Amino acid sequence: MLFDAALIDSVPRLVTPVLLAAIGGALCERSGVFNISLEGMMLVGAFAAVAGTFYTGSPLGGLTAALVAGAVFGLLFAFFSVWRKGDDIIVSIGINILAVGLTALLLRSLFGVSGQFDDPAIAALPNLDLGPVGDIPVLGSFLSGQSVLVWLAVALAFAVHHFLHHNNLGLRLRAAGQNAEALRTVGISPERIKTTALLACGALCALGGAQLSISNVTLFTEGMSAGRGWIALVIVMMCRGRLLWILLGALLFGFIDAMSVRLQGLGLPQQVTDALPYVLALLVLALSYRRRTRRAHAT
Amino acid sequence: MTHLFTSRRLVPIGVGLLALVLFPLLVPGSGEIVASFFNGAFGGRNFFNLYATLSRYTILLGMALAVLISFRAGLLNIGGEGQLVLGGLVAALVGVYLPAPPLAVAVVALLAAMTAGACWAVLAGLLERGTGVPLLIGSLLLNYPASFLASYAVSHPFRDVASGATQTFRILREAGLPRFQGTILDYGIFLIGAAALAYVILERFTVFGYRSRLRGYSAGFARASGFPNRRLYYRTLMLSGAAAGMTGFVAVFGSSQRFVDGMLTTPLYAWTGIAAVLLAAVRPGLVPLTAFFFAMLATGSIGMERTAGIPREFGQVIQALIVLTLAGFAGKLTAISGGTR
Repeated sequence: MLFDAALIDSVPRLVTPVLLAAIGGALCERSGVFNISLEGMMLVGAFAAVAGTFYTGSPLGGLTAALVAGAVFGLLFAFFSVWRKGDDIIVSIGINILAVGLTALLLRSLFGVSGQFDDPAIAALPNLDLGPVGDIPVLGSFLSGQSVLVWLAVALAFAVHHFLHHNNLGLRLRAAGQNAEALRTVGISPERIKTTALLACGALCALGGAQLSISNVTLFTEGMSAGRGWIALVIVMMCRGRLLWILLGALLFGFIDAMSVRLQGLGLPQQVTDALPYVLALLVLALSYRRRTRRAHAT
Repeated sequence: MTHLFTSRRLVPIGVGLLALVLFPLLVPGSGEIVASFFNGAFGGRNFFNLYATLSRYTILLGMALAVLISFRAGLLNIGGEGQLVLGGLVAALVGVYLPAPPLAVAVVALLAAMTAGACWAVLAGLLERGTGVPLLIGSLLLNYPASFLASYAVSHPFRDVASGATQTFRILREAGLPRFQGTILDYGIFLIGAAALAYVILERFTVFGYRSRLRGYSAGFARASGFPNRRLYYRTLMLSGAAAGMTGFVAVFGSSQRFVDGMLTTPLYAWTGIAAVLLAAVRPGLVPLTAFFFAMLATGSIGMERTAGIPREFGQVIQALIVLTLAGFAGKLTAISGGTR
C-alpha cells in the first residue's frame, strides 16, 4: 500500500516548513536579494521555538521566540548585505555557518546537552480540529487536525501573492528587485524595502523551523532543518518567486517527502529516500531551466 | 611593493588579526582562557595539539585549494563537500578491497579519489552548460546525494560489521600515509602542499593558468579573446573537483585509516575552506594563512572546552562572524574573482 489516508495525512505537515521558507525566499527574490541562507534561518527558528516553549511553557511563546530570532537573523543579513554592500552569497554562507554554530553552542550552554534536546516541558502547537469536516473520508484527515501553521502557510501564500500585485508596498518591493535606482529616483529607499523583505523572510523561515521542532515533533536536533531550506530555495528559483507556483512546488516536494517515508517502510534504505528530494530538485530545475533558455533563444 | 598595502588586501588580514585579539577578550576571565586556547591549538604533551592543528590544516588547505581553483576562474563551485566525501569513500574502498602491493593501493586510491571528485564537479558543470541550472545551485544540491550515498555505503554494503560505529573496514595498513615519527601528523600535508604549489605555478606560468585567471576577471573578455571557453570551463572544474577528491584521500589514508560516516561533513570542512578563501579575498598567497587561522580556531576551541569549559562551537560562531564582517567590509566576491553567477 503506497497511498492511503496516513500518507495524505502527513503531507500538510511536511509541506508547511518548506512552503513557509519558500514564501520568505520569494520575498527576497522579488526584492532583489539573493538569499541562500533559508536553511540557516530555519534552523535558528527551530531552535528558538523549542527554547521559547521550554522557558515560557507555552507553544505560543515558542512561536514568538522563533519569529523574533528569525527577524534578528534577517536584520543581520540586511546589515551586512544591503547596508554594508556585502556579497549576498558570502553573507549567506556566513549566516548558515552562524546558525549551525550558534544553535549547537546554545544547546550546550543553555541546556547542557549536545546533539538533541528533548524535554516533557516542550508542548506541541495545538492542532485545529475542524469538527464534522474530520469525518469526511480521506479528505477529512487531510484538512482537520493540522497545526495552525499549516493553515497560516497556505493563507500566507495567497496573501503574499495579493500583497505583491495589489498593494503599494508590494509594488515597491518588486520595483526594488527590478530597478532599484528607479525606485530611488521617486524618493523611496530600496535599502529599506530590501531590509523589510529580509526581516519577513527571516521570520517566515523561522516559522517553518518552528513547524519542524514544535509541531511535527517536540524536540530539537542539531541540523534538524536537514536541507529543507535548500529545497525551498530550489522551489523559489524554479518558480521565479511566483507565489501560486510556489504553493504547487511546495506541495510536490511535501508529497515526495511523505512518499520517501513510505518507501522506507517498503525496505528502501533511509539514505536513498533522503537523497530523493535533492535528485528530484535537480531534475526539475534542469527541466525548468532548459525550457526557459530555449524560450530565451527563440525570442 | 606598494600595492601590497592597498586596503583590499589589508582589510581581510586586519579583520583576521582583530578577531584573533577579540576572540579571547570577548569572554570574561580572559587570561586563563587565552592560555587554554593556545594550549589547545599548539601545546599538549609533546606538542600533541600542534600536530592535531596541522592535521586539520592539511584538510582545510586541500578544501581551500579546491575552492580557490574554481573561484579564481570565476566558477562558483560550492559543491566541495560532495566531491570531498566521494573522494574519501572511493579511496577507502580501494584501500580496503584492492588486492595489490601497498604502494599500488595507495596510488590507485589517490587516482580514484581524484577522479571521483572531478567527475562530481563536472556533473555540476554539465548541468549548468547543458540545462542552465546555475553552477552555484547545481554543485550545492549535488552535495546531498553524495553524502547520502557515502552514508549508505558505510552503513550497509561496506560496513565494518565487527565495530559499533558506522564505518568501513580499516584500509591496508601498510598503504596508509606514513606519519612523522611519534606524532599523529601524516605526510598528507606534503601531498596537499605540493598540489597547492603546483597549482600556483600552473596559474602563474602556463597558458592554461593565464586563461583561467583571465576568465575569472572577465568571462566576457575571455570569450571575446577566443579562448577555448568550454574546455577551460570543464578543465577548471575537473581540477577543482580533483583537489577536493585528493583531500578526501588524504583524510582517509592519513589520520583515520578508514571512512567513518560523517567524518568529512560534520566538521564543515568544505564550508570552512570557502570561508578561508573568502577571508583571503581569493588571493592564493594568503590562503595558506587563513586556512591555518581556521584550523587553529577549531583546535583551540576544543582546547578551551577541555580546560575552560567553553563549548567548542564557540569557534564556529567566531568563524561565521568573521565571514560576515568580511563580507560587509571587503566588497563583492564577484568583483574580486570577477566571476559570473
